[in-house]
Amino acid sequence: MTGQSGTIQAPALEMRGITKRYPGVVANDGISLEVRPGEIHALLGENGAGKTTLMNVLYGLATPDEGQILLDGEPIRIAGPADAIARGINMVHQHFMLVPVLSVADNVLLGEETMANRVFLDRKEAHRRILELGRKFGFEIDPEVKVSALSVGWQQRVEILKALYRNARILVLDEPTAVLTPQETEEIFAVLRRLADQGHSIVFISHKLYEVLAIADRITVIRRGRVVGERRPAETSEDELAELMVGREVQLTVDRGTSHPGRPMLRVSGLEASDDRGHPMVRGVDLEVRAGEILGIAGVAGNGQDELVESIVGLRRPTAGAVTLDGANITGHSPRALNEAGVAYVPADRHRFGLILPFSIADNLVLTSYYRPPYARGVVRDGESIERDARSSVERFDVRTPSVTASAATLSGGNQQKIVVAREFDRELKLLVLDQPTRGLDVGSIEFIHKQVIAKRDAGTAVLLVSAELDEVLEISDRIAVMYGGRIVAVLDGPTADKNDVGLLMATGGTARDGAQIAKASA
Amino acid sequence: MSAPAPAPRARGGVSRARVWSLVAVPLAVIVGSAVLGAAVILLSEPLIPGRQFDPLLWLTAYEAMIQGAIGDPQEWAALDFHSLVSTLVNTAPLVFGGLAVGFGFKAGLFNIGAQGQFLVGALGAVIVGVWLHDAPAPLAIAGATIAGMAFGAAWGFVPGFLKAFAGAHEVVSTIMMNYVAIQLLAALVSGPLKVPRSPQAITFDVGNAAFPVIPFLQPNGHLGILLALIAAVGVWWVLYRTTWGFEVRATGASPDASRYAGMRPRLITVATMTFSGMLAGLAGVCVLLGVTKSMTSSFGTTVGFDSIAVALLARSNPLAIVPAALLFGGMRAGAGLMQIQAEIPAELVDVIQAVILLALVTSPVIRRLLHADTRGSHGTETAASPAAEAAR
Repeated sequence: MTGQSGTIQAPALEMRGITKRYPGVVANDGISLEVRPGEIHALLGENGAGKTTLMNVLYGLATPDEGQILLDGEPIRIAGPADAIARGINMVHQHFMLVPVLSVADNVLLGEETMANRVFLDRKEAHRRILELGRKFGFEIDPEVKVSALSVGWQQRVEILKALYRNARILVLDEPTAVLTPQETEEIFAVLRRLADQGHSIVFISHKLYEVLAIADRITVIRRGRVVGERRPAETSEDELAELMVGREVQLTVDRGTSHPGRPMLRVSGLEASDDRGHPMVRGVDLEVRAGEILGIAGVAGNGQDELVESIVGLRRPTAGAVTLDGANITGHSPRALNEAGVAYVPADRHRFGLILPFSIADNLVLTSYYRPPYARGVVRDGESIERDARSSVERFDVRTPSVTASAATLSGGNQQKIVVAREFDRELKLLVLDQPTRGLDVGSIEFIHKQVIAKRDAGTAVLLVSAELDEVLEISDRIAVMYGGRIVAVLDGPTADKNDVGLLMATGGTARDGAQIAKASA
Repeated sequence: MSAPAPAPRARGGVSRARVWSLVAVPLAVIVGSAVLGAAVILLSEPLIPGRQFDPLLWLTAYEAMIQGAIGDPQEWAALDFHSLVSTLVNTAPLVFGGLAVGFGFKAGLFNIGAQGQFLVGALGAVIVGVWLHDAPAPLAIAGATIAGMAFGAAWGFVPGFLKAFAGAHEVVSTIMMNYVAIQLLAALVSGPLKVPRSPQAITFDVGNAAFPVIPFLQPNGHLGILLALIAAVGVWWVLYRTTWGFEVRATGASPDASRYAGMRPRLITVATMTFSGMLAGLAGVCVLLGVTKSMTSSFGTTVGFDSIAVALLARSNPLAIVPAALLFGGMRAGAGLMQIQAEIPAELVDVIQAVILLALVTSPVIRRLLHADTRGSHGTETAASPAAEAAR
């Protein structure tokens, strides 16, 4: 702990001994946190460690059972988000709270209407302040531009602008880089630095270790509702932080070993597909994944990856082109036919596609096989064999649950994803399609899932991995295809690919020549 | 195999809390509705000219209603259970109807057309019943029953098909099918099915096709009561023990996940609406073959609509539908005596029923008020929509 008496500046915000209990869980157990003016303070912890609860307490969404909050040394009680905002505490959520069809100015004004008189908005004043704030912090933006026309990185800046417009002094950012490319991340870091230099205090919530080391002045690590350490970036390392966060030694990068690619297993040729509104999203994709290799597809979300994956796994009918599996044409086959042909699919949105949350763990484990023996005889389900196999899966895949009859909704994100993985991985496979398989998971679960993927590859399965997390693609792919504007713009060798090159290709698509050059350079 | 032993005990502990959370809201709703019913009685008393104000009239009314529904010790001593039997007779069609609506809820479908399916079910039963009126009873009963089921199923199939393949919302199309059913029934009963030269629009009697009275349930407890109980267990079995029931529940809980899992939501929608219509048709069969035995143009209590309240009160659980239907059946059975003894119009039952329905539709709100729901308080991931609430 740092010596309190020696500090030059009094903390802008101090949370002392915050304890919040929910039935059966202590979400925060005496957490103390202090943030000084001009400081970027990182709050590091796995999902479920209590970060969100602590911030809900700060934002007035939850009342702590014990502890106090001090603002500039004064104890305060925060009644709700409006009260928090009025006191200069603002939050930028992971999922942006913007109205896409409205302009930047409208979004900034939303809920904070500057009135010229009692009836009309004072747009002129709003424009002036938005421009002024942008200039001051280095991100000038046209107030009349529609939010839907902005990139994700700029949308995030609008969120920050919203907070600054409300005179935020303490800014809480919840996983702000989850949706950004490496370049955008650097840009947003520059903005945050500038904010801090001007005296703002920033609480930066993250589970990405290298980012925390790059941006924070101080790092508080919490685990299971308790503060387990406070470090300065200079005096710690990724390995130490990971160990603090998880409570045991963790392998941060899974040893991917060498791949031994066999025969071509999945072949996609000239594939085209449209989204639900009929816009062409996949515009002529050619791909090949061999048995025993992992092909990663990198790309900024919304460049056709979803439609590509859905076309391969039978959830979307391609408008042109063909998909073959081990030499057999499977274009337009139903999900069930593909499942029976040895295709497994881990969807990006496990709550919407991968699981039926109110259903039991056992029922979720048989979601794709409920209709065949041993889980059904004719139309009658065999509850006993369903539960027996579920108990065995839960054990082998280390799902933490008191019982297989508990509903999937009661599990943490990591354990939910383990159910999906157990269901999809636990059989002979030809092709494994993974769409953001570790989104929102903690370090321990990510490690576990990556190991399973590699094991599947080594057993001769062709793996197609799609992820907006570039780190994940870089970490386990044997080859990397970059998708931009519905096309594959480059294919690079996985182990040697350079992060910045891939990031650049993701952001710009490059020209075909650039792509080839980068591919050559990194090969 | 090497599974930890304490699992069953833990489950028992959970289920007690779960039972409470299932029962707490319906109980609060029922009691609250009764209190409101009492308030309606108190407030409307002064409006009746020449009547002495009686502050305890509501008590008299409820006493009479309960007596009408279950009888009193004197009757029981004389082995006269006609009140209880009359409750059962009123309950049986509500069980079928409640199962129909509840089954739809499980698949995420709001079959508000149970009333129409109920009417055409009765129509099917009367057409075939009259045709087979002097055939051997087992044949006549089976024929009329199957006809009613088929008519109801057809009436459910149409909106199911429109929903699955044309995107027409089932609430709109089933309501319209209700009107078609009402008009069809009126036209047939006053036209082709009418007893010639009768001054009244009435069909012939179904004769041998009528449900026999069960010996223990004199004077009028008919076969339909038994069938309703069997149906409740049967629907429960279909929902929770068959692969089709699994598909229905999966589609209702998450259409996206079930499509991903290789199920075919469209076919399931059609099959669910057809099956639901068949159950509602059985409610019609039950009233026609068990009670009226012929049809007039005024046939058609509001069984189909009451069924929605029954299904909501039971949270669509097929086994819970039996007690829920008993409550409504009992109120219907007791309404007559209430009208006679307390001079309260039988329509008060409709008022209470309407309050129950309103309260249940807003039950997520009530749940929050009661703090009965503590799930998801430490995480935002489990936020459930009211529709999912009803489907569970």
